[in-house]
Order: sequence, then C-alpha cells, then structure tokens
Amino acid sequence: MPTDVEEWKDEVYGTDIRDHIERFAEDGWESIPEDERDAWFERFKWYGLYHQRAGQESYFMMRIGPPSGVLEPGQFRRIVEIADEYARGPVANPEFGNGWLDVTTRQAVQLHWIRIEDVPDIFDELEDAGLSTVQACGDSWRNIVGCPVAGKDKHEHVDANELAYELHDTFKQNEAHSNLPRKWKVSVTGCDEGCGQGDINDLAFEPAEKEMDGETVTGYNVRVGGGLARNEPRFAKNIDVFATPEQAVEVAGGLSKLFRDHGDRDNRYNARIKFLVDEWGPEKVRETLQDEYIDFELETAGEDLRHSYSYNAGDADGKHDHVGVHEQVDGNNYIGLNVLVGRLGIDDAYEIADAAEEHASGEVRLTQRQNIILTDVPDGEVDALLDNEVFDEYSPDPHPFRRGSIACTGTEFCSLSIVETKNRQVRFSRWLVENVDLPAGVEDFHIHLSGCTASCAQPQIADVSLRGMKTRKDGEPVEALDIGLGGGLGENPRFASWVADRVPADEVPGAIENLLENFADRRTDGESFREFVADRDDEELADLVEPEETSYEDPYMHNTKQTWYPYAEDDGLDEGPAPARADGTPIPSDD
Amino acid sequence: MAIALRTLDDGAWISVNDSREVGVSDIWALPTREFCSCETPHVLLEAYSAVHVSDHRVLADAVGMCIECGTRDSIDSLPVGRIVDGEFKPYEPAGVQSTIPDAVDGAARSSFEPVE
Repeated sequence: MPTDVEEWKDEVYGTDIRDHIERFAEDGWESIPEDERDAWFERFKWYGLYHQRAGQESYFMMRIGPPSGVLEPGQFRRIVEIADEYARGPVANPEFGNGWLDVTTRQAVQLHWIRIEDVPDIFDELEDAGLSTVQACGDSWRNIVGCPVAGKDKHEHVDANELAYELHDTFKQNEAHSNLPRKWKVSVTGCDEGCGQGDINDLAFEPAEKEMDGETVTGYNVRVGGGLARNEPRFAKNIDVFATPEQAVEVAGGLSKLFRDHGDRDNRYNARIKFLVDEWGPEKVRETLQDEYIDFELETAGEDLRHSYSYNAGDADGKHDHVGVHEQVDGNNYIGLNVLVGRLGIDDAYEIADAAEEHASGEVRLTQRQNIILTDVPDGEVDALLDNEVFDEYSPDPHPFRRGSIACTGTEFCSLSIVETKNRQVRFSRWLVENVDLPAGVEDFHIHLSGCTASCAQPQIADVSLRGMKTRKDGEPVEALDIGLGGGLGENPRFASWVADRVPADEVPGAIENLLENFADRRTDGESFREFVADRDDEELADLVEPEETSYEDPYMHNTKQTWYPYAEDDGLDEGPAPARADGTPIPSDD
Repeated sequence: MAIALRTLDDGAWISVNDSREVGVSDIWALPTREFCSCETPHVLLEAYSAVHVSDHRVLADAVGMCIECGTRDSIDSLPVGRIVDGEFKPYEPAGVQSTIPDAVDGAARSSFEPVE
C-alpha cells in the first residue's frame, strides 16, 4: 500500500511545487491549510526547504546544493548576503551568535530561521547568482558530491567536475527522475586519493582505466548501494561496470530509473537502494541495468585506483582533507581552511569573501569535511591572503582536534536528533586542545558527532565515532553518546566498531583523553590509530575507553529536545515565539 | 471524525491531524513489557515506524533502546496518547505506568475505559 508521502508526491511534486511556494509566500504562513501541512512540508523538501523541529513552527531550514561544492566567484558572497538578510533567529546561539551558514557533509550550505514569506525573494537572489535549492532535499537526485578540488588537483586522474556538472544538468529538474522512492546520493571521484567518498553513496563513479579496442581508456567504475543511516551502514558494492565519461550519464540515468521502478515505495524505511542491492545482489543489479535500461553493451569493470586512496585512509600519507596550502596544476594554490563543525559566522564569511576576491579568483569550494577551500591563489598572494585575522579561526593549519571535528545539526533544529551536537562538539574540541596531547606522529584524528542514527555527520567513518543516545546519571536521564572506534575510508574502508554505549556526554572528553593515553602506551612504533583498533577486539577496545568526569563542563545534559531552542533563557517548548508571522510576531494559539 | 495519523521525517515524529504531536528522543517507561530483563524498562525511542488508532488510543510502532541495559529492539503498539472529542491527548512518556495499567499488553487493552 503506498505511503502518504507517495500519494502526496503523485498529486504534486517536482517543479510544480514552485507555484505553490510562491502562493503561500504571498499569502503568509497562515495560508498553508492546517490539514495539508504535512503534505506541503514534505513537498517543500524538493525545493530544499525543511520545516524546523517542534517548537520552531513556521521557520525553515534552506539547503543550497552546488555540485561538488563549487561556488563560482560571487556565489559565496551571495549566500552570505542572503544569510545576513534572511537567516537570523529569535535569539542568539552562545557559540555562534545570531547569523551564520552551515557547510554540510554533502558540500552544500544550510541556512536556518528562513520564513516562507521570504523564500521567493531568496530564490530570485540565488538564481541571479546561478545558485539553486532544487532537489537539495526530498526523494530525488541530491547534491552531487565529488573531489572538492577537481580540475585543479595534481592528483587528478580524470576531471570529476565535468561529469558532476553533466549529471547535475541532466538530472536536476528532469521529470523522469524527479520522483524517486527515496533520496538518491551520487558521488563522482576523479583523483587517485578517493576524496569523493563514493563508498558511502547510493551511486559512486570512481576513477578507472580499461583496455578497449587496444587502447587504454580513462573513465569510471560504478558502485551502488552505499549509505550510513538507520543502523544499516553499507559500503557501495561493485557492480562490475566500467563507463567512459561519455557513457557515464546514460549509466547513471539507467540506475536512477532502475531505482525509480524497483525501489520499495511501500516502506520508506526499506526504500534506499542499498536494501534493493541487499535483496538482489550486485549481479542482478547489473543484469537488470543491462537488460532493461541500457541500449549498449556494458563494459566490465576496469582497473581502479583504490590501492592509492589516501583520503581518510588512516595512514600518514596523502593530503587527507584538503586543509592547508596546496599547489594546483596551473601553478596557483588552493588554501583549505578549517571550519569547525562547518559553521561560519556571517561577519567572518564576509571577510573571507573579501580576501578571496582581493587575493584570488573569488571561487570558494566546500568539502565533505564541512570545510572551505579558496582556489586560484597566486604564490605571491598566499601570505597576504592569510595575513587576515579571520584565518586565525578558519585556519589552514588547525590543531588536529579542531581539524578532525565534524558535527551534524543536532537538536538545535533537527526533528530526529536525540542530543545537542554543534555547540557540544565545539566545547569538546576546545577542551581537548587545552588538555590532551596527541601521541607522537598523529596529525589527523577524526571525531565525528552525529545526533542520531541518521548519521549525517558520518560517524561510522571516523577514528572516534560519537552517536547521540540517553542514559541515566545520578538518577536523572541525561544526554549521552555511544562511542565507536577505528572507522575510515581508503582502499579497504571500515566502519567503526561501537565499543562503549551510553556514555554521559560530560564524560566523553575524559574517555577520549584516556583512550589516547592507552593508545600511546600500547601502540607499536608508528602504528596508526586505525591499525591499532583493527588489531584488537571490541572487548579489549572497550577497556581502553575509560569514561570519566574531568574539568570539562557540559551545559546541555538535560533533554534539549524538550526546549523550543536549547540556548534560550526561557527555553520551554511553549515559551518560544513560534509560529510567527513574517515580521517575527508570534501567532496566538487557537487554544 | 476521521483522524489523520502518520509518521514523518524518517520516523522522527507522529503527526495527528497534521500537527506534530509525539517526537523521538523521550524516554518511555514500559512497565509490563517484555522488552528486556529490566524490572521497568526505560526505553529511549529513536524512531517511529508506524502509527494507528484503536479504541481511541493512538498506538505507535517504534525502535528504541533501554537506557539501563542497552537492549535495542522494536516495540509494537505502544500507547502514546488518546483521542478525546476529536483531539489528541498525549501520554507522559515517564508516566505510562500510572496512565495505562498493563501498558501495551494485548490482553489488557480491552479493559481500558472509554475516553469519550
């Protein structure tokens, strides 16, 4: 039996939603019929609008998805201007103030506190700059991710951006691919370091070579069915297909149609293509693709480059995360800047835009580690660019605990999250920097904090994985985190092992401190943390995690979900200003 | 009067008549349920998978974890509230034991008092 969501999508979906958004914006929040709100909020996602959680009614998150995270000159500034004008909340966040933009793990930007009445103007301003929110959320082609320095990278095998843009242009606002059973996440990797993170996507194009008609052809191998959500993590499976760059769009379209036609529309929890791959196996996926969706004879997989993947591979070589100053193929440089938990204050963002325009091309790129990259910086401008106080915070040479921190949205805005995340991760990193020494030679150490099993912070591919939970402490329920260890990507990706459950959040920094001390004491010479974890069973690892209270203080131990905003002075669910009219005036309840 | 019931946003909450009424991340007391070996399982609800109404009670299927012993399992037909005069009245997560004797035990449901 089709779900309500499927019925709503059958009625209105895709580009047809735009007119309705314009209509509701014109007439105001209250014009959205009360008995149609679930349907409309589900549809709005297709245009990148997500209704914020309970207690924040009438406010929306807006997601802007530039393919592969490339913001052409002027586009970053435009987003900052929009955030400045439209993304201010009723009260400030104690760590970030009031007004910011969030860089996501899918190379997108999220703005919060957006009003439906402002959306048409925002769309106009985005489109004027060549930007869009189309399909940033919802059941369709999401933002296509890839190598964030494609086209400029010395490690490039094939320019992933050419394919990423072609896929974007072909499948965004494409009626045949607009309504899929569930989200469809696509990655294009072109370098020999694996920074497209294809393994955790529904569809991954990975660089490969193939002997065809006596010639070596450069193209892509295809993997299908990766994803991290709902305690069902999967790495994408090799379906034994090689595609030339010319064939890749048709292969992608075939797989998207296969998902459209065969994905489970009766059960949204079983809808992602990873479950179809589970059921069918990669061989049947290939066979069905060939028989029903592709007109030419598919090539078998070529020789891939996975043996050289160094991105998040847990060892010492490779650029890992694009942070720092790196030479481009054209002799210019790109500068990767650390954005702690992905959140950029508006004033800081203006300064960064100024610096990028004054000393470089003005292009800004977004990475899957929630960071930003300024490209096309001539040698002679690098020092001048970095001689700006804003880069003390957004540093090209950050402390490893800041560099390695990723956090999802959390209970600040998200309906699904169980715990507060971004402010907490900022406080974790601050305490760790001040109190904990990393073992010798450990320069990269990834700590990912996700508020729930949806895994938006990609916790399963971190050295230390943190996942929102609850426990009881001193008789009271408190926010807690499960702790996993040893995840990462590379030639042989590995999900973290969950070794410590329900650790009170205020004991997590102490647990990490003790874990690292135990690692330093027990490791063999030069052994990486990931190797150390891989060599031990979960029981032994659990003994190495020794949670304890320290000088770290956590102000978010209470049930932050039972607030309208976790940082408000009067934070009760009924004490917030929502829902509100366009000018922020609260709308009285009918009760 | 027809009641529109559904779970939305990856099971993050239960909608009653297009209003977000019951969210995840609360801890529910399940006094008589054989969820785990704890005397009174206190279960963090992580996601709802389905919801339906029976005899004015709104019952949810969910996935949760006992915060005492760590058992994670699915829960069928957990009473999360009731419909009174067409309006949803939520149960207190921590108060299920006192609100609904015998909680979700199937045999006990018929003994509930009418709510309208």
